[in-house]
Amino acid sequence: MEVPILKQGRYLIATIQSALTDADLLRLRDSLVEQVGRYRSRAVIVDVTAMDVMDSFASRTLRDIAQMIKLRGAETVIVGIDPDVAFAMVRLGLNLEGVVTTLDLEEGLALLDRHGKQGTR
Amino acid sequence: MTLPPGVEEARVTVASDTDIVTARQRGRTLAAALGFTSGDATIVATAISELARNIVLYAKRGEVVVVPVEVKDNRGLIITARDEGEGIADIRQAMQDGYSTSGRLGVGLPGVKRLMDEFEIVSEAGKGTTVIVKKWMR
Repeated sequence: MEVPILKQGRYLIATIQSALTDADLLRLRDSLVEQVGRYRSRAVIVDVTAMDVMDSFASRTLRDIAQMIKLRGAETVIVGIDPDVAFAMVRLGLNLEGVVTTLDLEEGLALLDRHGKQGTR
Repeated sequence: MTLPPGVEEARVTVASDTDIVTARQRGRTLAAALGFTSGDATIVATAISELARNIVLYAKRGEVVVVPVEVKDNRGLIITARDEGEGIADIRQAMQDGYSTSGRLGVGLPGVKRLMDEFEIVSEAGKGTTVIVKKWMR
């Protein structure tokens, strides 16, 4: 299942809409890393609200995405981690250390707009 | 207490990343039908995802069986992840946090054990690995 990536100004917004296989997650990673250059985006938002499970592979891939996007000169915000998913992640021993997260898309956009005003990345 | 009608065991052959998704979705559906909270259903689905991933990663092929059970006034799910891969040479080592022979996973079996109420593993070199985990409603 392809994850749609919306270009909004200088942001890319990827909205996960259903359960993703490992291959889907890797495709998402590669698309974002490519498109952030093509569109000269300043930031990437990955909306994971609809993700059913965040297992070790998914959380590692999201960490990879954030690090690769950073190396490309942009920032990443993961938004919308479901409370049940957060609980399971903590129990499993997973974390998204070094990755910026916000409650939802609205908060993610607000955070990026603040960063834009401050001129920080 | 009897099991709700239509709640039957789910058996999924696991040999690819799409099977991992199928197995965890079947597990979640079963957990919800049995009356688990959405939080516990997510816990069950996450554990199945990790166990199924181990099968694909280490043994290429195997199966996940999710069986609903009732004991006295409690209900639960017994999840069996079975493969006929090379087996685990050192189970004690495999149960240490952060240990991984694949170099690709960091949580593995100790993480699954923390998610579930009961955990059992049998592995024989050359014959494969069976992990049995249980989650109770209370």
